[in-house]
Amino acid sequence: MTAEVVTRALLRYLAVPGLPGDVALITLDNGLDHTRPSTFGLAGLSSLDGALDEIMARTPKVRAIAVTGKPFIFAVGADLSGVPQIGTREQAVEIGALGHRVFRRFTDSSIPTFAFVNGAAMGGGLELALHCHFRTLSAGAAAIALPECFLGLVPGWGGTQLLPNLIGADKAVTVIIDNALNQNRMLKAKQALEFGIADVMFEPADFLEESLRWLGAVLDGSTAVNRPEIGRGDTWTAAVARGRAIADMKTGGHAPAPYRALELLALAETADLTTGAAAEDQALADLLMSQELRAGLYSFDLVQKRAKRPAGAPDKSLARPVTKVGIVGAGLMASQLAMLFAQRLEVPVVLTDVDQDRVDKGVGYVHREIDTLLQKRRVSHDKANRLKALVTGSLTKDVFADADFVIEAVFEEMSVKQAVLAEVEAVVSTECVLATNTSSLSVTEMAAQLVHPDRLVGFHFFNPVAVLPLLEVVRGAATDDATLATAFAVGRTLRKSCVLVQDAPAFVFNRLVTRALGEVIGAVDDGTPFEVADRAVGELGLPLSPFILLQLVGPAVALHTAESLQAAFPDRFGASPGLRALVAAGKAGVYTWGTDGQQSLDPEVEALWPRGATALTGPEVLDRARSALAEEIRILLDDGVVAAPEDVDLCLLLGGGWAFWNGGITPYLDRTGVSEKVTGRRFLEPGVASLPG
Amino acid sequence: MAAPSPVRPHTTRALRDVVFVDGIRTPFGKAGPRGLYAETRADDLIVRVIRELLRRHPELPPHRVDEVAIAATTQIGDQGLTIGRTAALLAGLPNTVPGFAIDRMCAGAMTAVTTVGSGIAFGAYDVAIAGGVEHMGRHPMGEGVDPNPRFLSERIVDASAMVMGQTAENLHDRYPGITKQRADTFAAASQAKYAKALAEGRIDADLVSVATRSAERGYGLATADEPPRPGTSVEDLAALKTPFRSHGRITAGNAAGLNDGATGCILAAEDVAEELGLPRAMRLVGYGFVGVEPEVMGVGPVPSTEKALRNTGLSIEDIGLFELNEAFAVQVLAFLDHFGIDADDPRVNPWGGAIAVGHPLASSGVRLMTQLARHFAERPDVRYGITAMCIGIGMGGTVIWENPAYDGGRQ
Repeated sequence: MTAEVVTRALLRYLAVPGLPGDVALITLDNGLDHTRPSTFGLAGLSSLDGALDEIMARTPKVRAIAVTGKPFIFAVGADLSGVPQIGTREQAVEIGALGHRVFRRFTDSSIPTFAFVNGAAMGGGLELALHCHFRTLSAGAAAIALPECFLGLVPGWGGTQLLPNLIGADKAVTVIIDNALNQNRMLKAKQALEFGIADVMFEPADFLEESLRWLGAVLDGSTAVNRPEIGRGDTWTAAVARGRAIADMKTGGHAPAPYRALELLALAETADLTTGAAAEDQALADLLMSQELRAGLYSFDLVQKRAKRPAGAPDKSLARPVTKVGIVGAGLMASQLAMLFAQRLEVPVVLTDVDQDRVDKGVGYVHREIDTLLQKRRVSHDKANRLKALVTGSLTKDVFADADFVIEAVFEEMSVKQAVLAEVEAVVSTECVLATNTSSLSVTEMAAQLVHPDRLVGFHFFNPVAVLPLLEVVRGAATDDATLATAFAVGRTLRKSCVLVQDAPAFVFNRLVTRALGEVIGAVDDGTPFEVADRAVGELGLPLSPFILLQLVGPAVALHTAESLQAAFPDRFGASPGLRALVAAGKAGVYTWGTDGQQSLDPEVEALWPRGATALTGPEVLDRARSALAEEIRILLDDGVVAAPEDVDLCLLLGGGWAFWNGGITPYLDRTGVSEKVTGRRFLEPGVASLPG
Repeated sequence: MAAPSPVRPHTTRALRDVVFVDGIRTPFGKAGPRGLYAETRADDLIVRVIRELLRRHPELPPHRVDEVAIAATTQIGDQGLTIGRTAALLAGLPNTVPGFAIDRMCAGAMTAVTTVGSGIAFGAYDVAIAGGVEHMGRHPMGEGVDPNPRFLSERIVDASAMVMGQTAENLHDRYPGITKQRADTFAAASQAKYAKALAEGRIDADLVSVATRSAERGYGLATADEPPRPGTSVEDLAALKTPFRSHGRITAGNAAGLNDGATGCILAAEDVAEELGLPRAMRLVGYGFVGVEPEVMGVGPVPSTEKALRNTGLSIEDIGLFELNEAFAVQVLAFLDHFGIDADDPRVNPWGGAIAVGHPLASSGVRLMTQLARHFAERPDVRYGITAMCIGIGMGGTVIWENPAYDGGRQ
């Protein structure tokens, strides 16, 4: 069992100028620096409990009890490292109840209690602060949040009961549901103050001193604390309904946590704290014992840890410095890459293309993007000038002579790419790394005609490049370690999460999405109604339904990928005749939207799409799609395209925003029995991303 | 056509009166691993002082501060990096407010005041912040120094000149009439005067609280001076060791300790103070700094005071209050003997001195001034007062102040 890093409740008694008597100040500190924030495990909670015992036993009684955190951190919630070891529901109930019991002492205390929120306060940390009678907040506190629903839990140490009764149900829905499901968005200190989460905010320089001064003023009555009246009744009901709409939109009803949180929020309107806490204990226990939470924690661990230390990447010390970047092409993809490289690497970036017009367009795109940043005050004037000066264009490739990293983003055609790379190789140094932004062509084949094939690496971004965090780094048969290490170093500086993949058709993300989509489209080809097929696979946790996704990607691009995969694996991938017809007709997708925004099937699509006579039911479509995914992932792993199932899941989580509660996809395939049925074995051992039993 | 006559830049220059608006300090701590500020940064101490000065004077718009001069003797680590400038930024002053670091050993803060005060008189500034900080726990005296070997090889200074306790023993040698008994009596009185002032609530107004973190014990709050030893008797002091010489005279009891602390004050041109509505606690009359033999540095305030009196046309009889830094009792007694003032004269350090409260080197000058300003407020019968201190490597510094509350001797 992972040993708890214990957050100790360090207790001191202070004299506050002008205030007769002592103030008890508890500092929450796990003994490590801010990179390891303080959390509450069983030992941490009992340390806090013990500190309160000591304070309550003291005579004469202290004037106030205050709690604060170590530098930069108040507390960031429950210690979740022990969750995989929770084997029974009774244990799960106990964890919730213990937190409630200890935190409740701050609410029930006859001595005034204060939280001095000096830094990040999340989950149980914020809930502790909510239990106190008064709260001060540092303007430097980096993040205020209740991220439980993001992980698959509810804020079950009082958060669902105390927060809506402090700031109103609507704002509580924003914090607990909307922010948590919005890529775990956090409140900045100023927003938290505006929300009413804190009574007062002080600057970080002398936050504690001023908080204690304020405490003195509150106690002697010279400062009054006024909190606005909150709306109940219809306002409350409307807020919960809004939360439900958000949860439906974000999870399609497939993640239990936000719905449990909404039930508790509804209860909080009238329930007393004891009743609310008991309900929280039950919800927390149910969720702690849910597959979705176990998979959520697995996902969190992947994106927090594995994404930052890519499996199979060569030693960092082999990476070569990159002081100038070349980009072949000046189209939209190339321009997006130029913006990203200039912004993150802060080195000269030069775009080349065949005519001046295209070059000007490419550079112009980057300059407009920089102007937008300037208007939004995301960069200073000087920084904007610097970035603009970094990005230039040229008609000839001799400008690449002193570049250390040249990436091509030209037309997706092997012969074109090979020709372009040969031209680049003729001018660059022997050390220069060449990269291709191909999404489907073989890196090995592309390198074959180079003098130094060992220097070519695949660098597969996802559109929009600035937004999606995944970068598939593709190792060709000849790619050497120094090239690969440089690619990983560049990817990291670009703030992308790199996953190492071997050269294989369409790599990982596109291959799996194409396979899954292919099955849904295939079901339509066979005769299943569009709406039935499209609605069938919500459980897989794609952020959008398959046909909406198709519309977003563009039918032509999807068809191209499907055809290239069909060429490689004709027994498993097919190019749908319906999709071909759709592309031939120049349709953007299968749906149209009326003036009222109502989505409906385009009747022309209905007419042009050849259909068979076999209509599958929704569950049959789902089974077909997930069985295909299980099969394809097993083949990817057996072929060594990626090192482990974790990398497959990471690609889906980061490349396409697949569901946390499914752990990407392999935990879902394991827990539904699909992987065993289709491939004869699980992907992950029980307990890794699922309940142990 | 005749060539245009060259334009000569000119300035009509009038000296302006300079006022001490207000001064504060952190509680002083004992240096060392168990001291009040053992885990607190020096720059955080001075930043807290600057912020509190601005907080106590909301009538002063922060952008009107024209200079921040902060002294530290050991200007490395958290006392380095041009601490006047970095402290100003860390305190949240607009980045248009400049700052600098200053060092004249024990008289750092005093020199910060005379320097920016002169700048105000000259017209270069309207308002300035001056102060000092010394965290002798984090930066023991002499940390990182590299004295030129010529000091000793060419006998530029005596070997004892770099050890302050030895220079104090040397001063006893020079004035055999100042016995250990007299020094201990003066020291015990300093403790008693401080304890009385503290009990009467006269010290707290000078102090700003400081959060003190301990990794092991959590956060605390410094609200009171740590060094004082109330109830110290002459007998207690007689029993102490004399670490600088066997059978010597200097002990930990008749000298200031090794301390941590920070001080700061606001200075302004008198007309600007009026414009902004800033209080005027003291008016700068004049000052003097001198050098003396480094091996008897403690005698420095005698010639520096004579110089300051000469500069201002005043005489010692005009001075109604003395705030003398008590680096060593012997050094104050040498001053008093020279000017014919009794050791227990009530005009001298009425609320005790550094022997009780501590002497965080570069910060002490402003503590003397803050103290004098509080006396002035209570004593409208007094027109002039001085703040004076001896300075390591053989110097003395004296600043003469006028009481704006002086009632012309009506009382």
